[in-house]
Amino acid sequence: MRRRAFLVTAVLVAAGLTGAAAPSASLKLPASPLSEDERVLHVLNRLGYGPRPDDVMRVRQMGVAAYLDQQLHPERLPADAVRAALAGYTVLEASTSQLVRDYPQPTQEMRRQIASGDMTRRELRELMPMGRRPPAITAQLQAATVTRAVVSEAQLEEVLAAFWFNHFNVFSQKGAVRWMVPAYEREAIRPHVLGKFRDLVLATARQPAMLFYLDNWMSTRADLVMPRGQNAGRASGLNENYARELMELHTLGVDGGYTQQDVTEVARCFTGWTIDRPREGGSYLFRPRAHDPGSKRVLGQTIAAGGGERDGERVIDILVRHPSTARFISTKLARHFVSDEPPAALVERMAATFRSTDGDIRAVMTTLVTSPEFWTREAYRAKVKTPFEVVVSAVRALDGHLEIAPPGRAGGGFPAGGGLELAREIGKLGQPLYEAQPPTGYPDRAESWVNTGALLGRMNFALSLAHNRFRGAPVDLGSVIGPVDRAQPAQVLDTLLAAVLHGAATPQTRTVLTAQLQSPEITRTTGDDRVASDTDVEKLAALVLGSPEFQRR
Amino acid sequence: MHRCTRRSFVKGGALALVALGAAPRFIVRTALAQSRAARSKVLVVIFQRGAVDGLSMLVPHGDPDYYGARGSIAIGRPGAGGDGALDLDGFFGLHPSLSGLKPLWDERRLAAVHAVGSPDLTRSHFDAQDYMESGTPGVKSTEDGWLARGLAAQRDPQASPFRAVALGPALPRVLRGDVGAVAMTSLAEFDVRDAAAALGDGGGGLTASKGFESLYEQGVRDLLYGTGRETFDAVKMLKAADPQRIQPANGAVYPRGRFGENLRQIAQLIRADVGLEVAFADASGWDTHAAQGNERGQLATRLKEFGDGLAALDRDLGDRMRDVMVLTMSEFGRTVRENGNRGTDHGHGTAMFVIGGGAKGGKVYGKWPGLAREQLHDGRDLAVTTDFRSLFAEVAVRHLGTPADPLFPGFKNSAYPGVVGQV
Repeated sequence: MRRRAFLVTAVLVAAGLTGAAAPSASLKLPASPLSEDERVLHVLNRLGYGPRPDDVMRVRQMGVAAYLDQQLHPERLPADAVRAALAGYTVLEASTSQLVRDYPQPTQEMRRQIASGDMTRRELRELMPMGRRPPAITAQLQAATVTRAVVSEAQLEEVLAAFWFNHFNVFSQKGAVRWMVPAYEREAIRPHVLGKFRDLVLATARQPAMLFYLDNWMSTRADLVMPRGQNAGRASGLNENYARELMELHTLGVDGGYTQQDVTEVARCFTGWTIDRPREGGSYLFRPRAHDPGSKRVLGQTIAAGGGERDGERVIDILVRHPSTARFISTKLARHFVSDEPPAALVERMAATFRSTDGDIRAVMTTLVTSPEFWTREAYRAKVKTPFEVVVSAVRALDGHLEIAPPGRAGGGFPAGGGLELAREIGKLGQPLYEAQPPTGYPDRAESWVNTGALLGRMNFALSLAHNRFRGAPVDLGSVIGPVDRAQPAQVLDTLLAAVLHGAATPQTRTVLTAQLQSPEITRTTGDDRVASDTDVEKLAALVLGSPEFQRR
Repeated sequence: MHRCTRRSFVKGGALALVALGAAPRFIVRTALAQSRAARSKVLVVIFQRGAVDGLSMLVPHGDPDYYGARGSIAIGRPGAGGDGALDLDGFFGLHPSLSGLKPLWDERRLAAVHAVGSPDLTRSHFDAQDYMESGTPGVKSTEDGWLARGLAAQRDPQASPFRAVALGPALPRVLRGDVGAVAMTSLAEFDVRDAAAALGDGGGGLTASKGFESLYEQGVRDLLYGTGRETFDAVKMLKAADPQRIQPANGAVYPRGRFGENLRQIAQLIRADVGLEVAFADASGWDTHAAQGNERGQLATRLKEFGDGLAALDRDLGDRMRDVMVLTMSEFGRTVRENGNRGTDHGHGTAMFVIGGGAKGGKVYGKWPGLAREQLHDGRDLAVTTDFRSLFAEVAVRHLGTPADPLFPGFKNSAYPGVVGQV
């Protein structure tokens, strides 16, 4: 244990991670009823996916304020470990056109042959292995996202990447979106997670994934007759899908004060924002001929005729500066980071920061983490984890590592490995990554995730993980309990509770688990002298991971 | 401990158990569920995801424009030799693969609605499914589903944890909301799977389950602890009722595959009297853009599984079908004209079935809009003459007895199609 801690410290110093080497903390944190350790856990659980074994000690040493400051500036953190862990996921850096080339759909002729029975599915698999078809793109993305969340030092960056992707959700199974998602996340979401909100909106508006998912690519001025292509001669027209969601879900919120007339006018502004050859991996393109050149009126402001591509940019400027947007975005952030029903005063202060900084997300987040409401007893452990959060935090708590198997070996030709195994488990628990169908993304409230079937799923996940049943995602219970003697069940339990729940175990939970220690199955006794010889650490760890306490963050 | 009403107390022999005193909670609830099952209605919802071609499923062979539009994928006229459509009323016929459903039509327990669909014009599967499940076409911010809203409005503190069950890995949108609906991939998996026991390591499989149960038994009544207790009640109820022991009755044979398997388990839940009110399952594979086939081929294969599955469910449940209604749905229909790949593209109106003792069967409901070009929606699709909400509302209100108001906010229903008989 001591040697390990020493090694970790040495690595951290080398990487510039310790308090001494970190930039001086300028954050002023308010007084809090939480103890020092609770404050440490609170930031690890809220700004990240829960502590790994050494994290609590590390943050305690460097100080909560310095840790927060560091998380708010992820560019200052080392990324070598996460880069190495992601090396096998080639789709992350690939362009959409490259993905269309490398991961084609079976041709219509092949599908006809399958349907008619002229070709068997096995023959098709030999012709086109699953690892070279579109589902492999999503599989790699899912695995990479789990890996990042488990491994990355820049935990807040990962939490916010998931938050903003969910806010600007696209569904990877809709048509050509499957090839467009890696570029979408890489170019539109990740660069702006702590940047300006306007840049996020503009970047997502121009991404093929969003243009395709919400149909704007085919929205044209009402009187356009398609000049060429397979729909030549057919009348085209306005599609309001994106315009509506842009206001309802991305900026103003459903009660944000817009009308159906605004939806139509915004849709007119975005006509011509389309995709150059969507099925071939083309990029954003403005088609003047499809654009409605007339003047528009959006939320009481006139957009003069002849603005062309700038009409859409004007709309985004109007929307991101609207007070409803500041309030809506602040509410969603506060719901994610504080509680399902966040305090109104906090939302108001965040919204004020949003307005005064022109939508600077880092500034809004700073207001959030320096507010008294963030540090209250009511907020502490108030959030129920989503399936993604449960799985990632459990792997982190048990010091799990993710391995990538050579592609093509197992998993039907997918890049098999721990990341994908866990991603599939997250899907089984009800939150398949990149596969939220509605533009609302996944819900961020406890009621949506807590039901009988879901709880059973979580308990079974805890059992599987603690028993090392996920190939490529081994957990290290030995390192978690350290040198504790397995023949001393009470000590094993204390160590597990400290390592996984960090003092959050209720007295009832401790009592129940202590009673469990009497079970001959938890404490395997030797036949002769009835002296405990060994503790079933796996089962005990599973009970702790499946406990009500671990479902909260 | 749950309250026992006098009414439930005098009902049913199973409740004798309760009289013994401090019976475990799950036994009380099992007994209650059983005593209520005798009178409670069940709705089985089947979603044909991918947009089924209503014109091949329920063939308008009497429409003068049908055969002209359909070329190689048309279903032959009834009685024209070979295996054409199975005539129902001289105008409509069932796809020959649905022969399993024909006896139900003859016994007036199968009703159909044609040209039914959404007022929203999207041709996106995902948007259209979303609207059909949220029950709010055109409004995406709705968080819950119409069935969940209907059930939640009849709040019952003693309701069974198996009140609403979806067979499948995720809870479908239509059951999301405040009813505690359960999603399960199979009855066998609805339990704590003790990994160590599965390995033969340690022998007893109950420790983990007992441990988890005690953990959730102890705490204050909040969402997590409350649901935890609910979970173990449900697990024990299921063990006690042991639906998996129930074999298909009356010689029912379910088709092989996921769909048949799901229906078989729904029948087990119904017959085990666990208090089921709504069951949900998907039937997939309807997106026939290419090589759709006619009396034979891709779509015929899917329809065979679909029809045989529903017929097996009906046969298996026997007399219980008096209280069971099956409603099938699909997000939209397909283009009237065959496309260049011997398939069909995304369209508008489609057909839906209502099966059960409560159905006023032997009739195809809805106004037929016709297939002449000028009668089509956008010049290409079967027009919608029945709003799906009007059909779903009738089934929910008149069969399940839910209030109408919460089902479809903002929908002004003029009249029900009339598929549900007097209850």
